[in-house]
Amino acid sequence: MNHLLSIEDLDREEIERIVAQAARFAEVSDREIKKVPALRGRMVLNLFYEASTRTRSSFELAAKRLSADVVNFAASGSSVEKGESLKDTVLTLSAHKPDAIVLRTPWAGAAELVSKWCSAAIVNAGDGKHEHPTQALLDVYTLQKRLGGIDEASIWIVGDVAHSRVARSNIIAFQKMGAKVTVAGPPTLIPRGIEALGCEVRWTLDELDGADVVYALRMQHERMSERWVPSLREYAAWYQINGRRLGPRQVLMHPGPVNRGVELSGEVVDSPQAVITAQVEAGVVVRMAVLYELLAGTREPQPAPEPQLA
Amino acid sequence: MSAKPLVQGPAIPANLLLRDVHVVDPREQIDARHDVRVRDGEIAELGAPGTLERGEGAEAIEGKGRRLLPAFFDPHVHLRTPGQEHKEDLETGTRAAAAGGFGGALAMPNTDPVLDSAPLLRSLRDAAAREARIPVGFLGAITRGLRGEELTEMAELREAGALGFTDDGQPVQSAGMLRKALQYQRLCGGVITLHEEDRTLSHGGAMHEGAVSAALGLGGIPSVSESTMVARDAALAGYEDARVHFQHLSCAASVTAVAQAKAQGWRVSTEVTPHHLLLTEEDVRGMDTRMKMNPPLATEEDRKALVEGLRDGTIDCVATDHAPHARDEKEVPFEQAPMGTTGLETAFAALYTGLVLPGVLELGLLVERMTAGAALFGLPTPTIAPAETANLTLIDLDGQWTAGEHGWESRSENCCFAGRRLKGRVLLTVAAGAVVYRERAFSVVAA
Repeated sequence: MNHLLSIEDLDREEIERIVAQAARFAEVSDREIKKVPALRGRMVLNLFYEASTRTRSSFELAAKRLSADVVNFAASGSSVEKGESLKDTVLTLSAHKPDAIVLRTPWAGAAELVSKWCSAAIVNAGDGKHEHPTQALLDVYTLQKRLGGIDEASIWIVGDVAHSRVARSNIIAFQKMGAKVTVAGPPTLIPRGIEALGCEVRWTLDELDGADVVYALRMQHERMSERWVPSLREYAAWYQINGRRLGPRQVLMHPGPVNRGVELSGEVVDSPQAVITAQVEAGVVVRMAVLYELLAGTREPQPAPEPQLA
Repeated sequence: MSAKPLVQGPAIPANLLLRDVHVVDPREQIDARHDVRVRDGEIAELGAPGTLERGEGAEAIEGKGRRLLPAFFDPHVHLRTPGQEHKEDLETGTRAAAAGGFGGALAMPNTDPVLDSAPLLRSLRDAAAREARIPVGFLGAITRGLRGEELTEMAELREAGALGFTDDGQPVQSAGMLRKALQYQRLCGGVITLHEEDRTLSHGGAMHEGAVSAALGLGGIPSVSESTMVARDAALAGYEDARVHFQHLSCAASVTAVAQAKAQGWRVSTEVTPHHLLLTEEDVRGMDTRMKMNPPLATEEDRKALVEGLRDGTIDCVATDHAPHARDEKEVPFEQAPMGTTGLETAFAALYTGLVLPGVLELGLLVERMTAGAALFGLPTPTIAPAETANLTLIDLDGQWTAGEHGWESRSENCCFAGRRLKGRVLLTVAAGAVVYRERAFSVVAA
């Protein structure tokens, strides 16, 4: 594996390998000295074009626990605001010879594009509404830990699928791991053609009781340029996961940050069925496993930066 | 209209003898080998192969094994002048056209500033009279600044040489606004050509809405954003008995809407691009920005409907919508990239390779559709017959090449067919009686 650009690029064995490696790293997190020397002397560059606390800090922690050096570069307050193009920013930062670049942008396909411009391993930490592969990996890890395995499990992804890269990556990853995926939400927020990814589509939560796992999505105010639902009140009335809708044996997931009272009611967030904090915890070990997979040992020789139009 | 419709730079009338060349001109019902003499830029005579003498001062060109076609006509190109000469200018754009076998083209007015006044049109035509390699015509804007709020001085623009009017790029959203333009057409004439797109439906989209956009997480542009506007504006044209031309149809529903309009006897015509005839949304999966155009590449069913529409005549002609963009503008994430692909240099070869060779379309039909655009704008159709001005394209149908292998004549390289193996090489183009292009490696001299 040279890059992690899309969950689409991984097969089931690779996902399982990363998850298993993450489980081994989980043991490190429980030590008093939470550090291993696996990536000593390697440099990981966090390049974030969008606000992010948990993903960025989770990657930073992961890299540090592996003893890598970490440089954080946020687009705000940088040359990007002076109009520097993505390509020029990447080429400039590449001059520092990072071994890996963790990239988050608001643009689909940006991670793949960047992978053609520099020789570092690229980790897609979210590209627009396209993908967020490490989120999918940590969700698989969390579910495997909780359920022992997700083969044949029925997983419902509920809410704003249209604006969610998490939804897209998880639809793909959960199915690769043998689960059956259903997406549900207001018709204005379910993209036309999504069933081509293999999932089922529902407009209501009437059949939610058949689910083993309920994965609620964040109502993404920041990515919504128009009014997609009449009101958050009406959204909550139809799609909020609350004590009434969540069955006693169902596992509840959410990528965070939660809008309490919108997609989730307070009581389910705090219930033992919710694995939301376990997901955050899994974030660090899974990202350790990803960085380890990409950077440990010798990397395959990378092509020289390609100046041509992709 | 007082001004000459098309303008071109200085050109020397050609004296040529094309020996033993296979002439294909479907309108003249020619599909046979001839010697063709061009004298002082005019087709002087067609003779049996081997019968015509070269004559004093004429250049002999070996035509054996090659096809001689009427030069193509493109009713939809963006030459980017004035204001965006870093993408293309009159010289590079018309050079690209000549290299693609085109003998005439119509440039769109979405320049910077917008071509919305007669003085601007006059100065652009003056520049074309110095720089244009092939004859070009210009369309003026329908509304000032393409803002869709007030009509341009259409009558004066017509007198200055505008062949028609369009708000291509910023389509007229208001039916009431368009209706005024259609009414005003009675005074000034000129074809009103329409980029059909309901922005309230296409807003935020980067590609065709469907399975691929859902998988990529890209905003979708539904085909109904085009087809509903085609239906609306066809009805308006019918009501006002106006002459309209729908640009670059991209989906089956639009073809149906045009067929219905034609069945009503409304005065509508339409065009389709090589990329919509050959590519689909599947080609966007790699998020290559060269595959980003407006209207977007749609489904395989849409593509087939467009091919069928072109075959049965519902779609009148091929247009490239040649839309050059600089490398740095296209070398960005897909959502940030501007829409458009170049197309002049690859149009014939791509369609010949993709549709004629597999037996989907006949060569004669393709030639007809690639030359039919001229008549839609009241211009003479390029024809291979004695006493006609020489508008000719000499083609080696077996010539294989990789699109872009030797760079481009266009200033920009954002061609959706770049890197494809194509058959059909343009060797020589004669436009308005003058040789405007020779393929570099092609030896034109015959004993």
